[in-house]
Amino acid sequence: MSTTTAVKPMTEHSAEEIERVKNWINSEEYKEKNFAREALVVNPAHACQPLGAQMVAHGFEGSLPFIHGSQGCASYFRSTFSRHFREPACATSDAMTEDGAVFGGQNNLFEGLENAYALYKPKVIPVFTTCMPEVIGDDLTAFIRNAKIKGHIPEELPTPYANTPSFNGTHIHGYDSMLKAMLEYLTEGHKKEGADNGKLNLIPGFDGNTGNLREYKRYFDAMGIDYTVLADISDVFDSVCDGTYRMYSGGTPLDAAADSINAKATISLMKYSTLNCMKWLEQNYSGKNNILPLPMGIRKTDEFLMALSEMFDKPIPAELKAERGRAVDAMTDAHQYIHGKKFAVAGDPDYLLGIVSFLLEMGAVPYHILCSRSNKKFKKEMEALLATSPLYGAQGTVYVNKDLWHMRSLCMTDPVDGIIGDTHCKWVARDAKIPLFRIGFPIMDRVNLHRTPVIGYNGAVSLLTGIVNKFLDTVDETCEDQWFEMMR
Amino acid sequence: MADTIKKIDGITTEATEELIEETLAAYPEKARKKRAPHLGANEPTSATCAVKSNKKVVPGVMSQRGCAYAGAKGVVWGPIRDMVHVSHGPVGCGVYSWGTRRNLMEGIPGVTSFPLDFTSDFQEKDIVYGGDKKLEVLLREADELFPLNKGLSVLSECPVGLIGDDINAVTKKMEAELGKFVVPCNCEGFRGVSQSLGHHISNDSIRDHVIGKREFSEPAGPYDVALIGDYNIGGDVWAAKPILEEIGLNVKSVWTGDGEIEKIAATYQVKLNLIHCYRSMNYMCKVMEEKWGIPWLEYNFFGPTKIEKSLRDIAELFDDTIKANVEKVIEKYRLQMQEVIDEYRPRLEGKTAMLFVGGLRPRHTIGAYEDLGIQITGAGYEFAHQDDYDRTSPEMAKGTIIYDDASEFELEKFVEKMKPDLVGSGIKEKYVFQKAGIPFRQMHSWDYSGPYHGYEGFRIFARDIDMAINSPTWSLVKAPF
Repeated sequence: MSTTTAVKPMTEHSAEEIERVKNWINSEEYKEKNFAREALVVNPAHACQPLGAQMVAHGFEGSLPFIHGSQGCASYFRSTFSRHFREPACATSDAMTEDGAVFGGQNNLFEGLENAYALYKPKVIPVFTTCMPEVIGDDLTAFIRNAKIKGHIPEELPTPYANTPSFNGTHIHGYDSMLKAMLEYLTEGHKKEGADNGKLNLIPGFDGNTGNLREYKRYFDAMGIDYTVLADISDVFDSVCDGTYRMYSGGTPLDAAADSINAKATISLMKYSTLNCMKWLEQNYSGKNNILPLPMGIRKTDEFLMALSEMFDKPIPAELKAERGRAVDAMTDAHQYIHGKKFAVAGDPDYLLGIVSFLLEMGAVPYHILCSRSNKKFKKEMEALLATSPLYGAQGTVYVNKDLWHMRSLCMTDPVDGIIGDTHCKWVARDAKIPLFRIGFPIMDRVNLHRTPVIGYNGAVSLLTGIVNKFLDTVDETCEDQWFEMMR
Repeated sequence: MADTIKKIDGITTEATEELIEETLAAYPEKARKKRAPHLGANEPTSATCAVKSNKKVVPGVMSQRGCAYAGAKGVVWGPIRDMVHVSHGPVGCGVYSWGTRRNLMEGIPGVTSFPLDFTSDFQEKDIVYGGDKKLEVLLREADELFPLNKGLSVLSECPVGLIGDDINAVTKKMEAELGKFVVPCNCEGFRGVSQSLGHHISNDSIRDHVIGKREFSEPAGPYDVALIGDYNIGGDVWAAKPILEEIGLNVKSVWTGDGEIEKIAATYQVKLNLIHCYRSMNYMCKVMEEKWGIPWLEYNFFGPTKIEKSLRDIAELFDDTIKANVEKVIEKYRLQMQEVIDEYRPRLEGKTAMLFVGGLRPRHTIGAYEDLGIQITGAGYEFAHQDDYDRTSPEMAKGTIIYDDASEFELEKFVEKMKPDLVGSGIKEKYVFQKAGIPFRQMHSWDYSGPYHGYEGFRIFARDIDMAINSPTWSLVKAPF
């Protein structure tokens, strides 16, 4: 017990004091104090590594994500995916507790792998870590090898594993590490010298939008390109409801993953969530490896399709060109409603680059651009993108390693017309009385947004439609009677 | 114990035991032995429920449990509205538990209430060099930027306890410096077997650092009570508290839904503690009983039958004024509740449901389902203890299935065989069953609806259960081709 202190009366704050603080937190003075924070993080817009690892682990045929560490982490990751996708997210953990902290988690891993394999009959068990075994220094390499030697799981069961400490990087780095581990494991011994298999590998990156993945596939089909999407969560997290629950639905087929090392080309569409994986690919995959920007907006979609066309020597079909034309038609038709509007944008690096690129094409102004954990390299790349548009980009400021409470100060002191980001941004939007356009992960408070693509030509149209119509709704809902009119 | 032993057509002890055997057969031997004692057919007349509980999760089976941190942050501390709750450690825990429990609160966010995610976002260097210094700076920054907070809690995540940080020393120093509550809670996720230890560690923190340190501004009165173990999920407190006030009681503090830390600290001055979530807070009731002689009473505000019984039980502890008020209140709402039952019961009569929730709701909600004509064929808890199961057994029919810390595999098997018309459980389970065409309601979060407590809550509960079971969307599941 702590030392006994005298009993104190209740603390009362006067209405005036509350009013003062309420105004103060919106002030320049507060912003300065807020930006001077050194230790406290408030409302971060990023999660931890194992979450990203789990997304990859879900994306392969018959795959059961396995978390080495505390059980609570597994429940948090599963809940997060289920809230976003409104889908099951089956993953298990070896439930380390105090004795695991003292003796290491090898016995938990043995028992966990044996039980998971017996009950759920997975074709592959990707293993990744929470911070607990990372702090105590568990040796996954040895533990998993021993589990096979001791017969807890069959020798031939694929068990790729990645170290994904939560105190380092974010969910996108966990994605990177797990994907690299999966591909290293699944492709081992499958490399064929000489001829490639003629296929394209697509790495979508940490993307909570299954509609995007389906859209990529439609492009490949339209162009007649044979492809493998690596870590394909489209049928995992957008599965059918037909009266039969299938624990393993979709995912990259394991034989296709194994053969991916022989592809003609590999494209990653998220540089920052695949850095290490792409480095490894460069050294080990025989085909051409390309990192392209997330194809949001017209120009980046053009770039994507032209790169495909060049790599596979296939023309971009007329139907896609027509799609482009219709998208541009929609954009020119609607430009007047978004031109010059200022936006705050928060999210993962690759998504931010895509969103900003789209806004610049529309003549909108990406104004406060915030990535709650990234680096100087990203900041420079974003600044270079802004610099391509002196009229609309020059006004933007890029903030890295700042959180959504910083974003609140920015939006209260230097207002914008809208904010783009995941559900967590809704607090800023409410305080600043501006609409939130939900893009990114997680989206926990609206339905079905993950099914509508935001990439490609159609994605540009749906983004534009959502943004502009919301602005118009606001005008209709809030204008005074004399300004209420039939047409907009 | 219930007056009569309940029976459900088609449910027998033998069939249930057979189902359990079949399910266990899939486990490797060691896991089978561990899981077997946690599953059983209900025997309502037995003095203690035979199902074992509060044991370690069996690795790899896909338990639905969370951790001690989840129990501390999500359940006990998070709902206290006027405190800054710091998730101390890596970024994830705070992010995943930010706004995901629906413990609603009054106040001005960021000014007088703090439904935000405060974290120290540990980096590698914090693991290597320790996070105590950072914590000290952080607490000072938080107090400066959120000056109207009435206290700060520090909730440890896994690494903090592993690297030997001493948050207790830091919070002690900072409490003296800031002149308000700065409470340590050593709730690292690896401690214990479930959320339950997180509740207990939080109770300990309140016992050691909070209770007894404030006093109410107003003089004590004979009808002063505290509402313990209502977390205001979907506004539950706002539906429960008015009933207690209507019968003449004076609700001085709520633990912890829409709670205020200083009122919690002064709770030792009340005359009676009324506890709803027995699992998470019975320990604190016992502490206040021992130290300050405050009696406590369990009550149940789910569905009119249990509400009426609870109100009369409460009245027994007070004078004739309260007793008369209770009868008036019961009379006032009975007609309204009958209207709800008349509307929904014909559509729900004879349906069955299976429940798997935290530590209280499976047993506490049975009466509300029964008010609507729904029978419960299976019930279990993520993190309950023996005393919870003992309280559950008499509420359940003979031979129904009881499952403790059920794995995904078990839940699927049990539901497949028992074919309930509704499953009530959590977000992780929801879509598994909905894909199979089985109606489902989230019973931790009220599926983004609520409140479900009190008279007002029953009306919403009835509507929600009806819409889940009778939604026309279920008829579309099978394609005609």
